[in-house]
Amino acid sequence: MKDKRFDIYEALKTNGLTSEQEKIIAEELEDDRQHVLPEDGQDAETGGTVLRGAAETVYQFYDLIHLQSMSAMQSGYAATTRSIDELLERDHQRESDGFPRKINVGRLIKPGKGGKTKIVIVPTTVEEKFIHDPSFRTDENGEGQSSGGTGEGEEGEVIGEQPVRPEGETGSGPGEGDGGAHELESNAYDLGRILTEQFKLPNLKEKGKKRSLTRYTYDLTDRHRGFGQVLDKKATLRRILETNIHLGNVPDVDRIDPSGFLVSPGDRVFRILSREKDYESQAMIFFVRDYSGSMAGKTTELVVAQHVLIYSWLLYQYAMQVETRFVLHDTEAKEVPDFYTYYNSSVAGGTQVASAYRLVNEIVEKENLVRDYNIYIFHGTDGDDWDTDGKESLPELKKMLKYANRVGITIAEHSYRAGKSSEVEKYVKNSKLLEEKPKLIRLDVIGEDAGEQRLIEGIKKLISE
Amino acid sequence: MELIDQHTKEIMEGCKERALEAGLRFEDESLEYIVTNRDLLELTPKVMIPTLYDYWVHDVEVLKEKGRYELYPSNPYETVINTRPAISYYNDNNPDWMNVMIFYHVLGHIDFFQNNLYFRHTWDYDFNGRALSDKRLIAALRSEKGRWVDYIIEFSRGIDNLVGYHRELSDLDPPPTGDGSARVNYYFDVFLQDTQKVNISEYIKEIERYNECMREDSQTGEKNFFSEVRKKYPEYESLYSKSLKEKRNGRPDIFQYLMEHSEFVQKEENTWMKSIMEVVRNTSVFLQPQIRTKIMNEGWASYWHEKLFLQDDRIKGHEVDFARTHAGVTSLPRVGLNPYALGMRMFYYIEELGDTGRYSTAYRRLSDSALRKDYDNHSRKGQEFIFQVRQSLCDFTFINTFVDQDFVTRNKLFVVGKRLNKDRMVWEYYVKSRKAQDYRQMIMDGLYHPPHIEIYEKNDADNVLYLVHHFEGKPLVKDFIANTMIGLEYLWGNPVQLETSEVVTSGTDTSAGTPSGTMQEVLKPSDFKWERVVYTMKNRELSRQVMAQEKPSAS
Repeated sequence: MKDKRFDIYEALKTNGLTSEQEKIIAEELEDDRQHVLPEDGQDAETGGTVLRGAAETVYQFYDLIHLQSMSAMQSGYAATTRSIDELLERDHQRESDGFPRKINVGRLIKPGKGGKTKIVIVPTTVEEKFIHDPSFRTDENGEGQSSGGTGEGEEGEVIGEQPVRPEGETGSGPGEGDGGAHELESNAYDLGRILTEQFKLPNLKEKGKKRSLTRYTYDLTDRHRGFGQVLDKKATLRRILETNIHLGNVPDVDRIDPSGFLVSPGDRVFRILSREKDYESQAMIFFVRDYSGSMAGKTTELVVAQHVLIYSWLLYQYAMQVETRFVLHDTEAKEVPDFYTYYNSSVAGGTQVASAYRLVNEIVEKENLVRDYNIYIFHGTDGDDWDTDGKESLPELKKMLKYANRVGITIAEHSYRAGKSSEVEKYVKNSKLLEEKPKLIRLDVIGEDAGEQRLIEGIKKLISE
Repeated sequence: MELIDQHTKEIMEGCKERALEAGLRFEDESLEYIVTNRDLLELTPKVMIPTLYDYWVHDVEVLKEKGRYELYPSNPYETVINTRPAISYYNDNNPDWMNVMIFYHVLGHIDFFQNNLYFRHTWDYDFNGRALSDKRLIAALRSEKGRWVDYIIEFSRGIDNLVGYHRELSDLDPPPTGDGSARVNYYFDVFLQDTQKVNISEYIKEIERYNECMREDSQTGEKNFFSEVRKKYPEYESLYSKSLKEKRNGRPDIFQYLMEHSEFVQKEENTWMKSIMEVVRNTSVFLQPQIRTKIMNEGWASYWHEKLFLQDDRIKGHEVDFARTHAGVTSLPRVGLNPYALGMRMFYYIEELGDTGRYSTAYRRLSDSALRKDYDNHSRKGQEFIFQVRQSLCDFTFINTFVDQDFVTRNKLFVVGKRLNKDRMVWEYYVKSRKAQDYRQMIMDGLYHPPHIEIYEKNDADNVLYLVHHFEGKPLVKDFIANTMIGLEYLWGNPVQLETSEVVTSGTDTSAGTPSGTMQEVLKPSDFKWERVVYTMKNRELSRQVMAQEKPSAS
């Protein structure tokens, strides 16, 4: 893989690069990290003594828990959703009172392997105060926080190890609902509802023409004369009138006297049960994430968090008729089977956006998805691309726009760029695609330090009609 | 929530008798309740105080990762609370022997609450009762003012970690003022030196004259002395009484300053806000000592539950059960800090220091290790000594005084470092240091320490509230600054400024420390460059300005 990276680099170099571009590329080239999935669940056996996450401070001990082994009951899922509307109402009121919102929703994502991702909607908040930043370290060599220990061992001796875990989990602690497993779907649907209703995300006006026959429903819709389940009074009266006009019982249309009408048994119209075809709009969402080396830290977190929110919103809009595909890319793109892998794969490698777009186009073509689905593509990146003017990406992007209902590109900008546009932003803007096809493609550039509010704003921008 | 049954209460009373005999001192009454997990759900956000005021944030999951314990000075899962009578909570299905152990632990806590001087301000009233009336007050205001009550609670809680807790304490327990009266002290310490700026010979002459007067007649000497002073400095008396008044107000904390000086809160239609601010402030001041005595308090309780349980004749036959539970709680972890384990060992160690007279200059002067090892003056003052320590110290002084090399070596303690092994993708834990100094520093770095933020009176016409954060090597959490300052601006009614220190951000600080997902940006210490910045909150808009580099912080 590394060799391939260098090949691309050489090819790019022959075409000429600015020193700045070269620097960025060199950084990712020298990066010898690998995409890894964190070990699942238990600490893996790694030879030495394996340590559980050690309590770092003395303040994590409580009598009730450690002495009496009690645990507070997790607040139930039902209870939280009941109060969430109330809380969001309050939050909305805050905004009109001129204070920033305080409630976050749906940021507790708990990935489990094998598609068992859980999003638990728990309203969360933070009480802001002036406090020292506990994550601030002055230790050399990027050490973690020191702690206490006891027992044998010379100074310098390694006494245990712990696999590096993903820090992708944005929420932790009680409230994650260890008790009941909530599937992604049901919670994401609720989250979508909350996003739509409370955060005033727009409803999709046009859900697209692609509909699928999902099921048959049975309904009292067919009419039948003579016998049936329910008498259709209006239709019956109409028939009686018609019959009597033919019989000449209605001499004057302005003065109808129904007492003289004859009623034939055949005039009675009933409704009977019948089989109906039920069509629904359905959507296929491609989530594309840049997991190159430059995506380290906040940017990845933002992109993934936003994708969860978008997914939830579409799930609600399409009444659960949503399928998802996940694509990760560095210089090469690959499709991954589940959200867990998508969410947790760590960053490494270089960046070529075109590879991802190409892969999406290939998938769509090969599986002929255009026929059956409304296709949405959301791409999250930090905007770096070795293909600096989009020579390869733009043709793929244009191809994509031919079939997609919406392409949304989120660029989570690194703070050190300080106002300078990234490559992707530049070439997408230069291509004029945004102006030519505003209904099909949207671009949102967010800062690295964006909060949930900003993410939701961003979604509005990406998906609004 | 219901009271424990009579059978269990009887066990508790038995425990009290034995604890009193052993020397613990606490008020006779106590209340014990059985709690279910459902009760805990309601109690934990209210820091186990059942009558605490209602606030919507209590119903919401609060994200604490960023602030951890720094945001809240209290323990959410405490077994016993510092009320009169003390209230303690129990699991429904504890066997009797376990209740005995827990009762002793609880009694240790109660003794600590009622004797440690850092709790001095909580001794004269029942917090539970006060909280109840506060809760009613807030409920009544809420029915009148609606959501604005919650805004005031929110904004007040935004600064409730900055209460002048230590000032409150020092008012209650003022340091002895030497021999003379306040009047004499003011005359010599302030008036002569600062107001009159007399030279040294004159100063000594006055002292001589004072001593002369006192020698002549110790009863009326002071009066005679001041009759002379009054002739010489007619303004002295008025200056003195003015100084008394100033002293009473002391240096107010931010709450007190706002309540006193904020034009907004002073308005007649807004005076109700003051009572809410007072409630939030009182609650915070009440809770402050808890987190500052965590290691001592748990250590003290563990020391006594071990000691008293083993002496208790009622629980024969449960020694093994006890040993298992006790070891689970108080064994030193291979990696990590356990306040029960650490605190208990320290009290045993301190007791030994007292028994053998090692807490003395004589012992410290010894440099011969053999002599040190066998040193014993047979004073047997250990019990007395630990009771003194329990009365007068808090975690910081406790750790600072008694974690020495002997203690660290004896318990095989060390500082654990954690570093990344990039080849194997693991965090390595290693023995970083076995020096007492490093161990002490490691613990103290982790102790609760709110930022030191003071009001700087600029006396400008624009009426800006100017706060100065005294920099202690750590920046403030940036994300929290804006919203905290919005609250302050609201309460102050005018713009608010905060002066603090931040790391100068350079362009290339994105070197990643860990290879997965999100990670902290890791900087080498040499990369740090600090700058003073001023945040200004005006009309709910935050702006940031870098101060001139060479200008040191105003204070």
